[in-house]
Amino acid sequence: MFDDFQDLYQEVILDHGKSPRNKRSVENSTHQAYGNNPMCGDKLALYLRVNGQGLVEDVGFQGEGCAISEASASLLTEVLVGKTKAQAMELFDAFHKLAKGEDVHKLSDELLDDFGRLEVLGGVRAFPMRVKCATLAWHTLDSALNLKDEATTE
Amino acid sequence: MGFNVQDIRADFPILHQEAYPGRPLIFLDSAASTQKPSKVIEAMANIMERDYANVHRGVHILSQRATDIFESCRAKVASFMSAEEREIVFTKNTTEAINLVANAWGRSKLKTGDQILITELEHHANIVPWQLICSETGADLVVTRIHDDGTIDLDDFRSKISSGKVKMFACAHVSNVLGTVLPLEILIPEAKAAGALTLVDGSQGITHRKVDVGTIGSDFYVWTAHKLYGPTGIGILYGSYHVLDSMSPWQGGGDMIASVSFEGSTFKPAPYKFEAGTPAIIEAAGLSAAIDWVESVGIENIEKHEAELVVAAHDALAKIEGVKIYGTAPNKASVVSFLCDKAHAHDVGTLLDRAGIAIRVGHHCAEPLMQRYGLASTARASFAAYNTLEEVESLAKAVTAAQEFFS
Repeated sequence: MFDDFQDLYQEVILDHGKSPRNKRSVENSTHQAYGNNPMCGDKLALYLRVNGQGLVEDVGFQGEGCAISEASASLLTEVLVGKTKAQAMELFDAFHKLAKGEDVHKLSDELLDDFGRLEVLGGVRAFPMRVKCATLAWHTLDSALNLKDEATTE
Repeated sequence: MGFNVQDIRADFPILHQEAYPGRPLIFLDSAASTQKPSKVIEAMANIMERDYANVHRGVHILSQRATDIFESCRAKVASFMSAEEREIVFTKNTTEAINLVANAWGRSKLKTGDQILITELEHHANIVPWQLICSETGADLVVTRIHDDGTIDLDDFRSKISSGKVKMFACAHVSNVLGTVLPLEILIPEAKAAGALTLVDGSQGITHRKVDVGTIGSDFYVWTAHKLYGPTGIGILYGSYHVLDSMSPWQGGGDMIASVSFEGSTFKPAPYKFEAGTPAIIEAAGLSAAIDWVESVGIENIEKHEAELVVAAHDALAKIEGVKIYGTAPNKASVVSFLCDKAHAHDVGTLLDRAGIAIRVGHHCAEPLMQRYGLASTARASFAAYNTLEEVESLAKAVTAAQEFFS
């Protein structure tokens, strides 16, 4: 198989793509949003429960997508638990830059490990047509937390 | 003249490149847009180097030459479709041609309770313009169902066309997703007998089948040059003259007027009243060359060659475990949509791309059709005159590799 293709579809992505974590709705969710990628028709629903202290307690998603978008959503649900809204948005911003191949500013220390887990999706920068697959879940998160209407990657 | 695909390929400079190092380009996305033969590229360069000026408005030599080139394209298109020159309106593309009809005809002729009938397999260009004009006029959009194999449900068509309310029946000639060639010889006469005007969206038809508007009999037949080996930016609205003549202008501006004063304006007769502003002059030169090229090869030869490719692609893909083909109508045209059970269409598209193979993945601008099959997207390979059986084999090999990689 081709080198940059292998860079994109690393083992972790194939694993999360085939067996996405937290692919379910969330009981008593406080935030939710729908995302859609008009280019490919992929759709995604994201659910969060944020507690009284402003921390994310639970995250889940539903929908159908390619290996990249499923893996990205799956990883998002894993890194977000225990984060504040501000931390979630910091990760969103950093991930967005990573996917587009832009310089990522220095993250807060407590987020470095989580961002390290997301870096496996960095290979998408060599596939401009696929960047939106990787960022769909994160745009949907932005909509959910900032109470916007449906997220779109357009 | 015999058909030799290697001779055909020699006419297309773009095909002779590597998509990635060591991966020769295999272009299987011609249903989205075809590549251009050298003659088209040269014709467009030639007019710009020798003959270019604005048309219909100069007494000088270049304007005369450019006008001749532009109007000779109209004559060539008319002859290519067995129509009259005054029945050929230049548009930007298929989409604009349908919008033109929806507006110039529909706005003044449709009223509450009238119906526009389309089919379930239309692409967005033959859905959305009708929705817009329906919401403006109070008319209803009604949809004829298809069978699972992609053929038209004629019983459903007959029950809907006989409502007595259908003012326009609009359908594709060939489905861009399923490859179905619609039975125009049944649909058009029956729609006309029911009192409807008829429009055929020939985006995919014109490049795969001989189009004779006298035989087809529809009031309108629309298509776009870039799917017929020609340039982008120029499309064709054929309309039978008495219908065009009965329609009001849509867009106003220069070139379409007979006279203008601040009190009011008068318009040229069809087709010119539908051509506001400076038209696609350079593109018309390219379209003429494209038609010459197609006629030199022979549309029947292209149809026969593509039929071999489609059969080979069906056979090869059907042999791969877990691959399902969507659209199995008899004698289908040059499109094969499929899905792999182990890999999402987008992931298949990316793997094929890295193997040098260009296909389309997604909803193919036909979301309602995708919904009918319960799908978000498919992978689609489409073939043109320049594709080979070896390329079909490469496609099947790469799809097999995708199934293995993602399993």
